[in-house]
Amino acid sequence: MKTTEILIAGFGGQGILFSGKFLAYKGLLEGIQVSWLPSYGPEMRGGTANCNVILSDTPVGSPIITAPGVLIAMNGPSLQKYVDAVVPGGQIYVDSSLIDAKVSRDDVEVFYIPATQIAKEQGLSTLANMIIVGHLLENHPELSFEGTAEVVEKLVPPKKAALKDLNMKALELGKNYNK
Amino acid sequence: MADRILMKGNEAIAEAAIRAGCRHYFGYPITPQTEIAAYMAKKMPKIGGVFLQAESEVASINMVYGAAAAGVRVMTSSSSPGVSLKAEGLSYIAGSDVPALVVNVQRGGPGLGGIQPSQSDYFQATKGGGHGDYRMIVLAPASVQEMASLTMKGFDLADKYLITSMILADGTIGQMMEPITFEDSEPTVYEKPWALTGTECKRPHNVVNSLYLKPEELEKKNFDRYEKYRVIEENEPMWEEYMMEDADLCVVAFGIASRVAKNAVAEARKQGIKVGLIRPITLWPFPTKALRAAADKVKGFISVELSMGQMIEDVRLATESKKPVSLCNRAGGMIPTPDEVLAAIVKAEKGEF
Repeated sequence: MKTTEILIAGFGGQGILFSGKFLAYKGLLEGIQVSWLPSYGPEMRGGTANCNVILSDTPVGSPIITAPGVLIAMNGPSLQKYVDAVVPGGQIYVDSSLIDAKVSRDDVEVFYIPATQIAKEQGLSTLANMIIVGHLLENHPELSFEGTAEVVEKLVPPKKAALKDLNMKALELGKNYNK
Repeated sequence: MADRILMKGNEAIAEAAIRAGCRHYFGYPITPQTEIAAYMAKKMPKIGGVFLQAESEVASINMVYGAAAAGVRVMTSSSSPGVSLKAEGLSYIAGSDVPALVVNVQRGGPGLGGIQPSQSDYFQATKGGGHGDYRMIVLAPASVQEMASLTMKGFDLADKYLITSMILADGTIGQMMEPITFEDSEPTVYEKPWALTGTECKRPHNVVNSLYLKPEELEKKNFDRYEKYRVIEENEPMWEEYMMEDADLCVVAFGIASRVAKNAVAEARKQGIKVGLIRPITLWPFPTKALRAAADKVKGFISVELSMGQMIEDVRLATESKKPVSLCNRAGGMIPTPDEVLAAIVKAEKGEF
């Protein structure tokens, strides 16, 4: 049995829910079980937002993640709030252009990616989230990078077709980061 | 096999209602169920249906009453404070014996409360809410797939028994997305000779009413209605049993609490504790027989709820308090963790309830 519990957290407006949706759809296309649970409080209007995504080859029990195997932290408060909840042996992805702090735990794998900086330089200002997701996919062979175009196709509405290429570019940048 | 699609629980309710032949939706927005109204607003005009945002919850439930009297499949949806506002209409609908579907995606209370998930409207849904002797069939989905299937089932039961079916969900199941499949099927059509469809001067008038000034008549109405409720209690309880075969402890939980409880039961099993789960799917009629049977073989029950302990009373009633029942709960929008439920199981295993 393989279950991956991913907690994505940051500011409202950073595409936290969208990147979660992307991972959930990726799982759907892989034919595995998925659940996606957003925070839906007032924080959606500008405070902190978070999103629980569970990918599993068996039916998902509770959709609420208390001990994530993977944490994506898109701002300082989120990293601070959830860093200790990550399971030993888990992974933490840090947007290091927005977070100066380093993770002091040595029982987790940490990836520092200056995603917001890269996004800005590449003209992908709102897609730092997808750069990190691209890197995550590269680290998770069970999800694989293959088929991402299909997911982007599904998620980006036809009216915003231009965003498809930009999302793909962000995912590719993340995939190749640090290579 | 139909395609798996990802959908929010709230959207699944709306899509399922449309597939069940519902073409009349009356509502008023409130978090965390607004996606139902949004979905209906988008879809209904395209399929010749009615989406109407009323001026209030009171107005919308009375529109439901009117449409139900006219014999069409009709629904409304709201969240806890909004359902309180609908209580008067729910009682009138019950007193008139017309079918309707009402959705409550619960949030923390009482009062305006909060907007995070809760199960604290259990009493309101299963014991009344409005005035008078009446019942509603109360269905408690625990997944997005069930949000859809129980909505369809709810319409059928409402038409079959001329009663209100309530979907009692919570903010988590409403907001979460999971894969779901819709099988192609035609909705069952029920004859409604009592409906107000216009006589065309060819038949006597139908009357839909809840006013009976002669007490003898009103008493008979109540007795007849309770005979109908007895049949429902006999035929319609639904529940799921998980690892109950050899269990000597039984967790009882519905909706989102049952998902958390399932994780805890699986973990307890790893520790060698023989615990199982009974998940009521209908909260009224309550799965009394299943609980009573369990009471003969387990040493106690643990009721896991997102409330101060409401279903626990029905667990005690169903089991005639033959075995102790403990409560593992959070309230106000908080959800117990699997570890908290596990701790309650471990305690019960030691005989502490």
